Amino acid sequence: MVNGAKLVIDNVRKVFSTKNGEVIALDQASFSVKEGEFITILGPSGCGKSTILRVVAGLEEPSSGHVYLDGKEIKGPGPDRGMVFQSYTLYPWLTVEQNIAFGLQLKGVSKKEQQEISHHYLELIGLKGFEKHYPIQLSGGMKQRVAIARALANDPEILLMDEPFGALDAQTRSIMQEILLKVWEETKKTILFITHDVEESIFLGDTVYVMTARPGRIKKGITVPIPRPRDYHFKSSSQFLDLKGELLELIREESIKAVR
Amino acid sequence: MWKNIFTPNKEISKTAYVGAGIVTFASLIIAWSVLSYGGLVNPLFLPSPGQVIKTAISMFQSGDIYRDIGISFSRVALGFFFAALIGVPLGILMGTLRIMEGAFEPIIGFIRYMPASAFIPLFILWIGLGETEKMAVIFFGTFFQLTLMVMDVTKNVQHDLIEVSYTLGVNKLQLFKKVILPASLPGIVDTLRITFGWAWTYLVVAELVGASEGLGFMIMQASRFLKPDKIIVGILIIGLLGLLTDLIFKAIYRASFHWMKKEGS
Repeated sequence: MVNGAKLVIDNVRKVFSTKNGEVIALDQASFSVKEGEFITILGPSGCGKSTILRVVAGLEEPSSGHVYLDGKEIKGPGPDRGMVFQSYTLYPWLTVEQNIAFGLQLKGVSKKEQQEISHHYLELIGLKGFEKHYPIQLSGGMKQRVAIARALANDPEILLMDEPFGALDAQTRSIMQEILLKVWEETKKTILFITHDVEESIFLGDTVYVMTARPGRIKKGITVPIPRPRDYHFKSSSQFLDLKGELLELIREESIKAVR
Repeated sequence: MWKNIFTPNKEISKTAYVGAGIVTFASLIIAWSVLSYGGLVNPLFLPSPGQVIKTAISMFQSGDIYRDIGISFSRVALGFFFAALIGVPLGILMGTLRIMEGAFEPIIGFIRYMPASAFIPLFILWIGLGETEKMAVIFFGTFFQLTLMVMDVTKNVQHDLIEVSYTLGVNKLQLFKKVILPASLPGIVDTLRITFGWAWTYLVVAELVGASEGLGFMIMQASRFLKPDKIIVGILIIGLLGLLTDLIFKAIYRASFHWMKKEGS
């Protein structure tokens, strides 16, 4: 076990049995995440990158290997690991405010405190004034911001994000990335972020882990040596473009394998 | 207003849409009028629209019809109530717990193809000719379909919604109460609306044998005494009552699930 790590993924293997036999989604996947770190995982489609996140969330059990959060092995899902999905997962029958307070209500937090916390996060994600709106009245980007706020309101140890901006258009996505960085800088949460978008992985991450095609394992970890706070100008810097070139090479090799 | 009327999947003007409905209704009444007023059909088999209206007025004036409506409505409502009382919770459990689906889906899937009307002789043997037997027919006609439809609605709750709930800290009981139930409630109300419509169609079958009052009984009596106008009035009343309950369910739906509407908050 790596000392002082927040999250340790230790030699995780995940095999799914399907009608056409067994599929190895993950094999010998190992890495660790430090407290407050923003880690992005970049991989071709179908490489098992979502599986890693689902194992950390406790939604899938590893076939072998272990995952530790703060030194404790993960068994099943829990509110200490907040998750944001690619699909819209707000409760459509609850208002924005009630959605954000959902986890707090389960914990038995007082009504007044629920409201304070949900208003704090609404302000953080820039949706003040939308307290009483229902999800159907929000755009895709707004829904995902509320989903982030809902996960954060629970004050989890780590925030797991599974291509949360994957369904958004390019312009909205780039604005969402900046909002997320702002939120991260304020909350200092540890974040594990899955994406197949090379630019997104560099722009957001302290370290980018590139995954191999199936069976998925970590091919390479690349530190992004660019200071924070970052804004969109950074995307046109030569440093960024060099990194992007390097990552595109790596991911291309894997994508070709995946397509074959 | 004629724009696009024969283009597939294109919107047409509201006038054309409503007009088309009126034309269909009017054609039916015109055809009926031509056949009856024109003397093309013996009035013993098909009375004229005017005759039916006259009969309806006299039936409502004499007042017997209210009793028939009342007793029929209570049979339909009670039979359906018990079907829903058991079918909705069972359907929810079958939609969420695989073990319940495994236990009940095959048997319900089998029984639902058995005609409710064919069970009437058995019901009479088992529970006699009273009100319970009438309700049993309506229960039997709706319960199995209703349960399977509720199961499907519950099964279709978005999987990610359930998973995200676990990451927010729900336990199994809370998952039922706070996620699966509210998520499937609109679908359940809609299922109730549709199956309640079917309950009305089983009414006449239920009152075919051993009934001494009710709309179905009244229709059977009218047939025996060669009163086709009364039969038509009875059929129209059942149709209108069905339509009315449908509208009530739709109103409940709109009032309860305002979060499904885009405008306003």
